[in-house]
Amino acid sequence: MKKNPFAKRHIIETCMKVIMLASLILVTGTLGLILWTIIKNGIPAMSWEMLTQVPKGGFYMGKEGGILNAIIGSLYLAGGGTVLALVCSLPIALYLKAYLGESKWGSYVRLALDVLWGIPTIVYGAFGFAIMVSLGLRASLLAGIIVLALIELPIMTRAMDEVISRMPLEVEQAALAVGSTRLEVALRVVTRQMLPGIITAVLLAFGRGIGDAASVLFTAGYTDRIVTSLFRPTASLPLAVFFQLGSPFPEVRARGYAAAFILTVIVLIVSFGARLLSSRLGKYTIK
Amino acid sequence: MMQQKPSDPLSQGSRQTQAFLQTRNRRDRTARKAFFGITLIPVFLIIVITCLLVIRAWPILSSQPLADLLLGEVWKPTNEQFGFLPFILGTLWVTLVGVILAVPACLLVAIYLAEYARRSTRTIAKPVLDLLAAIPSVVYGVWGLLVIVPFVDDILGPFFHRWLGFVPVFSVTQPTGFGIFAGGIVLAVMIAPLIIAVTFEVLSTVPDELRQASLSLGATRWQTISKVVLPRVLPGIIAAVVLGASRALGETMAVLMVVGNVPSIPTSIFDTAYPLAALIANNFGEMMSIPLYDAALLSAALLLLVIIMVFNILSTFVLQRILGKARI
Repeated sequence: MKKNPFAKRHIIETCMKVIMLASLILVTGTLGLILWTIIKNGIPAMSWEMLTQVPKGGFYMGKEGGILNAIIGSLYLAGGGTVLALVCSLPIALYLKAYLGESKWGSYVRLALDVLWGIPTIVYGAFGFAIMVSLGLRASLLAGIIVLALIELPIMTRAMDEVISRMPLEVEQAALAVGSTRLEVALRVVTRQMLPGIITAVLLAFGRGIGDAASVLFTAGYTDRIVTSLFRPTASLPLAVFFQLGSPFPEVRARGYAAAFILTVIVLIVSFGARLLSSRLGKYTIK
Repeated sequence: MMQQKPSDPLSQGSRQTQAFLQTRNRRDRTARKAFFGITLIPVFLIIVITCLLVIRAWPILSSQPLADLLLGEVWKPTNEQFGFLPFILGTLWVTLVGVILAVPACLLVAIYLAEYARRSTRTIAKPVLDLLAAIPSVVYGVWGLLVIVPFVDDILGPFFHRWLGFVPVFSVTQPTGFGIFAGGIVLAVMIAPLIIAVTFEVLSTVPDELRQASLSLGATRWQTISKVVLPRVLPGIIAAVVLGASRALGETMAVLMVVGNVPSIPTSIFDTAYPLAALIANNFGEMMSIPLYDAALLSAALLLLVIIMVFNILSTFVLQRILGKARI
């Protein structure tokens, strides 16, 4: 029987294909549009001053200064949060693999991590602030770091868990067969095998941490000075964007766009870095 | 045991080995306990967050009937009137618009990537989706302010008002661009990577034999997808959408920047709204000065938490069953 290209089902097939391609282009195009918007509005307000100076008098009325305080603050916040999250998430990921395996308890812990991942960051922020109020503490770098670590913990652990679960069972069994304890398997075999995965997970979590505004809004506060102590409030890039956009002065808003540009560039670098590193290091693992 | 046979020529060596083995085993046991302790952190954290929010929200939950809080329309903290209805409806409207806008395109993209796309297309699409997921929410907010709000104000609003204005849901009463529709568009883009990734994952669990069987009977690809593949994974796709919706419910900064933040009950998608997350973010700083205000805001956070947890747990269970393991 000859194929009739005008049969209803073939027409539907072609139509659906076109619609699907259009959706793909729409999604990709949206990313392009977002990046283009940020670049177009951010570049004109960019200057060396923005990167190297703290806000001076009258900064919020469009006078001199930069957002170095926010850049440094954000790096400290996300860096500290990431280190703290790593200290907790590596043991959890190893425990899930080396000790719990695919058991029922393992899936409960994974469920708990997924639930934590889903909790909105504003709730973490409110939680952190409520604790700080009960303890009589004020906004500080340390509080921001701890809240960010809580937010990054599930992201990092699940990403690591995902990578280790792809490790061939034979590798683990071989190590156990020659008499390794579970701990030795975890530290000497699994950790080395999943190193690319750890790095990707850490960078992913760092990117999530540096971009989050809702959680640091009350816990880390905001200040025009560069933070020097864990117990002082600190500025952060997302909040710098947010506060400057609310300004009635066009110059200040333009600087808000520039701050958004800086934040986007940092996130893009981290995201590409993760991809690059994991593919580079991925060569040395047993697949 | 070693001490009983001192004449054994191997005893020196085996005693060392024995001691070494004991050390290793001891380390293993210690590490097991320590790791177990750390692994309890996530479970513990969920309980602590929930309990703390309940305790801090208790003053208002115990002093006012729940129905008054959830269905009250008046928000006057100075009069101790805390009606959450405008905020709850604001959250639901924005989320609903976001999900409705996101779902068709996301499903089509996921189906295309899973069923049609060549390897090269997939390798391009993945970084694009990863980047969309990595962009911080304030940056989405900036984009919303610069592009979406003017777009809604200049083009979409007048268009809908002209052609569909007789339907109250589409009529434009306060033409500023800020409002539910702008928030919904921004949310749709923000939850797209998650929905696409999960749907893709779910689709790739369908065995190829089923597709081949259908194709060999002469079905077109789309017939195969709509009649064979999709019915099989429908629960998984619903779970993906629910997961996306729960992400949208809690999104704060981006929505806050474009939604207008006026506590009134919306009647049209072009009205302004004031979602719960935005309410918390905007008022948390000064809440300490007014009695019960802090309890009210924390009960808003609790409400958000409970809804999102229920959504999350349900969708995780469904996905766990389909994908064979717990994952997002």
